Amino acid sequence: MGFEKFGKINYTTQTKVKDFVGYLDKGKIEATQCRVCKKVYFPPQMDCNNCLSTDQMDWMEIANEWTLLTYTKAHFAPTGFEEDTPYILVIAESKEGLKTFTRLSKDVGEDEIAVGMKLKLVPVKLPNEKVAYEFRLAAE
Amino acid sequence: MSEVAVVGVGQTAFTRACGVSIKELCFEAFKEAVEDAGNLQPHDIDGSIICSAPEYDKQRSPAGAIAEYLGLNPKPTFYIESVCASSTTGIRVAYGLIKSGLNDTIAVVGFQKMSELSSSEVQERMGRGADIMWESPFGLSMPAGYALFARARMQKYGMTEEQMAKIKVKSSKYSVLNPKAIFQKEVSLAECLNARPVAAPLKLYDCCSNADGASCIILASVEKAKKMTDTPVKIIGLGAASDSLSLANKTNLTGLNCAVEASKQAFKMAGIQPKDVDVAEVHDCFTVAEIMAYENLGFCKPGEGGKLIEEAQTYIDGDMPVNIDGGLLSKGHPIGATGGSQVRTIVMELRGDAGKLQVKGAEIGLVHNIGGVGLYGNVIIFSR
Repeated sequence: MGFEKFGKINYTTQTKVKDFVGYLDKGKIEATQCRVCKKVYFPPQMDCNNCLSTDQMDWMEIANEWTLLTYTKAHFAPTGFEEDTPYILVIAESKEGLKTFTRLSKDVGEDEIAVGMKLKLVPVKLPNEKVAYEFRLAAE
Repeated sequence: MSEVAVVGVGQTAFTRACGVSIKELCFEAFKEAVEDAGNLQPHDIDGSIICSAPEYDKQRSPAGAIAEYLGLNPKPTFYIESVCASSTTGIRVAYGLIKSGLNDTIAVVGFQKMSELSSSEVQERMGRGADIMWESPFGLSMPAGYALFARARMQKYGMTEEQMAKIKVKSSKYSVLNPKAIFQKEVSLAECLNARPVAAPLKLYDCCSNADGASCIILASVEKAKKMTDTPVKIIGLGAASDSLSLANKTNLTGLNCAVEASKQAFKMAGIQPKDVDVAEVHDCFTVAEIMAYENLGFCKPGEGGKLIEEAQTYIDGDMPVNIDGGLLSKGHPIGATGGSQVRTIVMELRGDAGKLQVKGAEIGLVHNIGGVGLYGNVIIFSR
């Protein structure tokens, strides 16, 4: 499965981390960790900018405990996303200090959203066999 | 080694649709800059640097087309891009070339003709301004990027939507006095607060608008500059920095790291303090961006930017006048032309040529120009 399957619209087809999409399709969200210097990358990458090792990464699961840092409700979207509006975009930080940007599930009510709330990152299936991930309430 | 000065400045009006070609647009700004210098002929210019955001251009490699049209062959020309900070990056490169002795006199031309594209084409390119691998696939726009900073600041510092709206109110008060500005109508606080949401908490008037326009800044060694104009304005400090393109990797969500770093460099080089600045042009692509700029430049402490606008300290008669030409919010933001336009305003202020927008006795001026969502940061300090 190629990387073009990641997200509703994706401009990247070829990458060394295409296996991420296969894991996602199986319901797993994986980071990479450098075997040499132990630095963890999420989103994953195969090149280590800390020790400059190449292709010496192990896939690893991350503890799925995230805290909401900030969010916005997008009423206006780039081309291709118009019919999704409005949608909530968030940045959250994991227990390990990793940060990620994605959408918050439409199942979360707007009055429930608050900076500092606990979230979990969940794989989602999109139309046309595409896959992505989104945040949901940790308690769900 | 020689110091570097600005000898001529020019700018077209910033408009929704200019109705001319990019070459003609640039010619207008170039002509104004050459004539502004007074005693400068086009053949004195020994190099040109052309700046824009290329994804909006139909012309491949615009530098060649524009240098030919301006009559600048066979002098070297090349293209510089750092999105919205392109033309101040061009000025930084020109400074280095003049300082090294490779060139004496350089024209930095910034332009953007955004009306060349349909609005859906513009929106498509905006979507690719984020990290295309991990962030664009979720539908990230420029307003949403800055809205994430605004929300984080409201949470951490208690910044309010009203404080942001007051930035737009200020900018529109001055744009009506700037004949080159796109907005020629003042907007009220209530209009700003009741406008439709774009990316909450940012609303329509929290966002600058796309525009067509060009700017031209001509720089020369101080020795040459003195022969070309009676009023050269010296560059006394420059700073440049970068931050992550990925929003997730920003280590600071309440200010722009690239602006803090560029500012430190520029003040160190100039040997002055933020309080020594008499007038500043900052990159207010969104209202929240101007409030962050106050803090990142050291005009106030982190978290106190909202208070600065509440107290009207950044109005023309305040302690630190900022964006008194209308800023990006009300003057318009033709991406590649913006940095040059900011420099033009500061140069005119320091010469005492700013007319109704003149800050009395301004001797030191500062330009803060940011590319992307806090991606590229340039700060340049000028002295009379």
